[in-house]
Amino acid sequence: MAQAAQKTNTDYILSVNNIEVVYSEVILVLRGLSLNVQRGKITALLGANGAGKSTTLKAISGLLNTEDGEVSRGSINFEGQNIAGTSPDKVVRKGVFQVMEGRGIVQDMTLLENLKLGAFTRKNFNMNEEIEKVFHFFPRLKERSITGGAAGYLSGGEQQMLAIGRALMAKPKLILMDEPSMGLSPLLVKEVFGIIKRMNDELGISILLVEQNATMALNAADFGYIMENGKIVLDGTAEELKNNEDVKEFYLGGGGDERKSFKNIKSFKRRKRWL
Amino acid sequence: MNWDLLFQLLINGVIVGLLYGVVAMCFVLIYKSTQVVNFAQGEFLLLGAWVCLYFLVEYELPFWIGFLLTMGFMAVFGIVVQMLILRPLIGEPIISIIMVTIGFSSFMQSLMSWIFGNSAVSYPKIFEVEVVNIGGLNVETAYLMSIAMSVAIMIIFFLFFRYSRFGLAMRATAYNQQIAQSLGISIKHVFMMAWAISAVVSAVAGIIIGMVSAVSTALSFIGIKVFPAVIVGGMDSIVGGVVGGVIIGVLENLAEFVDGQYLHIGNMYQIAPFYILIVILMIKPYGLFGTPDIERV
Repeated sequence: MAQAAQKTNTDYILSVNNIEVVYSEVILVLRGLSLNVQRGKITALLGANGAGKSTTLKAISGLLNTEDGEVSRGSINFEGQNIAGTSPDKVVRKGVFQVMEGRGIVQDMTLLENLKLGAFTRKNFNMNEEIEKVFHFFPRLKERSITGGAAGYLSGGEQQMLAIGRALMAKPKLILMDEPSMGLSPLLVKEVFGIIKRMNDELGISILLVEQNATMALNAADFGYIMENGKIVLDGTAEELKNNEDVKEFYLGGGGDERKSFKNIKSFKRRKRWL
Repeated sequence: MNWDLLFQLLINGVIVGLLYGVVAMCFVLIYKSTQVVNFAQGEFLLLGAWVCLYFLVEYELPFWIGFLLTMGFMAVFGIVVQMLILRPLIGEPIISIIMVTIGFSSFMQSLMSWIFGNSAVSYPKIFEVEVVNIGGLNVETAYLMSIAMSVAIMIIFFLFFRYSRFGLAMRATAYNQQIAQSLGISIKHVFMMAWAISAVVSAVAGIIIGMVSAVSTALSFIGIKVFPAVIVGGMDSIVGGVVGGVIIGVLENLAEFVDGQYLHIGNMYQIAPFYILIVILMIKPYGLFGTPDIERV
């Protein structure tokens, strides 16, 4: 037992084992989902709308509790401790920080105040130093912080950067990122993913990344999972997934050996649904 | 025209208005961070005044010790009220919550009449010198203290919400509870803190009013007076609460002046704020400082 725990510790910072999530006590959203996040690596979780990607993240971070949902079965082990059902503020204290979908910054507070809030759970640290560290990754934010207006007036990309920077302020071991590319222009998506990759390289933070933009996500990630209807249907290293014919077909656009007419693609998809 | 009286009443208005402002801030604090319209705010104020008086008269404690004990009592009281009465109501419709606070206000009023009696009681003499001379004007020490305390409370509020860790946490909670929780803020603690701060600060206002005039059941009426102040300023703006408080205080006293000198209707003083409330609501439904949502275009 001790040995097994040791093994989980070294290999995976987070392992989600066969969880079921129910909303309002009746709606089953996740049906036996399992996934692992390797320490110091980026893991991507891909899937179509409504597959349950965001729900998975909320189950881990505990934010599910705020939406009348609960983990009704299975366990979520973070560094060997089961955190399923723990309240979100305690999960943050353990070192898991979720960057919410739609950025979730406090719009009527300034950029700096938002950053300071990120460090809410920390004690004994130098605020200015930590803010400088964030600006090291996001020089754009440094420029914008000088004027000191409400964060709601920042551009979409800047708000996304602020949300990620605020996560850094908490000095988490694991960041859960919910669609960082949402609503951003392709160039900005590239910039944001570049920064995510650098954060992972330089700070060694493990990242679980939920994305619709499969191409970007698999380029940045080390390992990937694909989910559908509340279950994982495929997993593999990012390279494997990128070269998988089905993934190419469904998520990356294109793929397949010969050019297909629209008619063929449709019937092909119907036949090859995973579930 | 009686300039001396007008001047006197204006000063009065500012002093009373600042106190309204302080109570309005407490009201807004609870409304903003917990979405509860607290109709029992006036009773909080009265309870603080009674408890402090009790400490001073029954136990003959020195003022500052009695004052600090009252603050401690009120903090605990605020937390208990939040935990026992309002926590079970989280997620219920706003109208149910309003009914509960109205009911609680009646309950507290009766309870306090029962315990402390119905007659007005004055505070024992606290200041050695009752009147100080400032530039030829004789000013009562109690009034000076009233202004100083009100302004001090406002400055503390400002600094607290601008710079302190918990102040920022409370603002984030007011903005969006889920976001606040995702940052590691415990909503339960924020709610308890909002009620504790609100109860303590209302009590300070109650004690000041008690010292300036006297403590009686009528003091809880300030809780109702604060409504025009809060609505004039905008329900969700703490600065608005202060400005609204001063506006209501001054207008109230102006109404008194006009009434006393020219109209002789009587009791204009009591109702003028509510007329103002109606007019302001017609012109600016969200109050003078009610903040619109930021929309990027």
